[in-house]
Amino acid sequence: MSTSADTGTGQQHPVGIYLKIWLLLFVLSTFSYLVDYFQLQGMLRWSLILIFMFLKAGFIMAIFMHLSWERLSLKYTLLLPTLAIGVLIALMYIEGDYVELTRFRYLDP
Amino acid sequence: MNTSESDSSSYSEPGVGGMVQDWAADKQTFDMPWGKLMMWIFLLSDTFIFSMFLTGYMNVRISATETWPNASEVFALEIGGVHMPLLLIAIMTFVLITSSGTMAMAVNYAYRGDRRRTAILMLLTALLGASFVGMQAFEWTKLIEEGVRPWANPMGAAQFGSAFFMITGFHGLHVSAGVIYLAIVARKVSRGDYERKGYAIVEITGLYWHFVDLVWVFIFAFFYLW
Repeated sequence: MSTSADTGTGQQHPVGIYLKIWLLLFVLSTFSYLVDYFQLQGMLRWSLILIFMFLKAGFIMAIFMHLSWERLSLKYTLLLPTLAIGVLIALMYIEGDYVELTRFRYLDP
Repeated sequence: MNTSESDSSSYSEPGVGGMVQDWAADKQTFDMPWGKLMMWIFLLSDTFIFSMFLTGYMNVRISATETWPNASEVFALEIGGVHMPLLLIAIMTFVLITSSGTMAMAVNYAYRGDRRRTAILMLLTALLGASFVGMQAFEWTKLIEEGVRPWANPMGAAQFGSAFFMITGFHGLHVSAGVIYLAIVARKVSRGDYERKGYAIVEITGLYWHFVDLVWVFIFAFFYLW
């Protein structure tokens, strides 16, 4: 039973860690809500939103979905393909800018 | 090196060396129940679907020449004469996080063999998920009454309507499916159907549920706060 946690057949961890992460997610969500509540603008707003978002996503995946206790093989299988999404986001960002410029140029807004 | 384990799970090292061994050795690569691996693969493909939606939303938002509505004001509520920006969305976020917490506890109790607590916690999770869907229905009704349509939006760019209904609709569909999934598994757990097979199924259900919460984290940040 003592080694079953890392064989991947049964994820058994103390309840306390779930409660701590739960509380942490609450706090992080409150923070991201406050970013909007106080109407922070510009780079500060965007960086704070992204930081809180990635922290929340990371904790959910690492602890709640037990990814931090899984083998490296699974971690890479799941995380490496998402790099392709990053490429798509970059391409569509450039494309969006281009479409907007084209619209201003050719459609009378 | 641990040699007491059976042959199929004779993992020797963690880290990169172990990963090379997992892939190169003459054995199955992932030592876990097949259902769990399939759920992970499904969630990876679902990640791509939601990424497509959010990337598409980013693209139309950048290229829209009309002004984009301020989500903080669109989703504000008046409670007792007090104007609360984005309040409903905040409550929905907290409800979903709470449901993730109860789900994690359910997985824990399932592996301990506590069937009753597992079933109760899973039903509680399903109940929280159902209330999330209820609030989303309220939100949809409010926006539809204000004249927002998938093809039109009186507050500015028409693309706001399409992105909103597409993204939140697809996420709501996932939550609804998850509620049904949870209810079915909870019933089977309390009946004792998994006594011989083991309780990996609860962890697999949990993976799906946490993923729904994970997607909401991104929707919350990009659609409602951005």
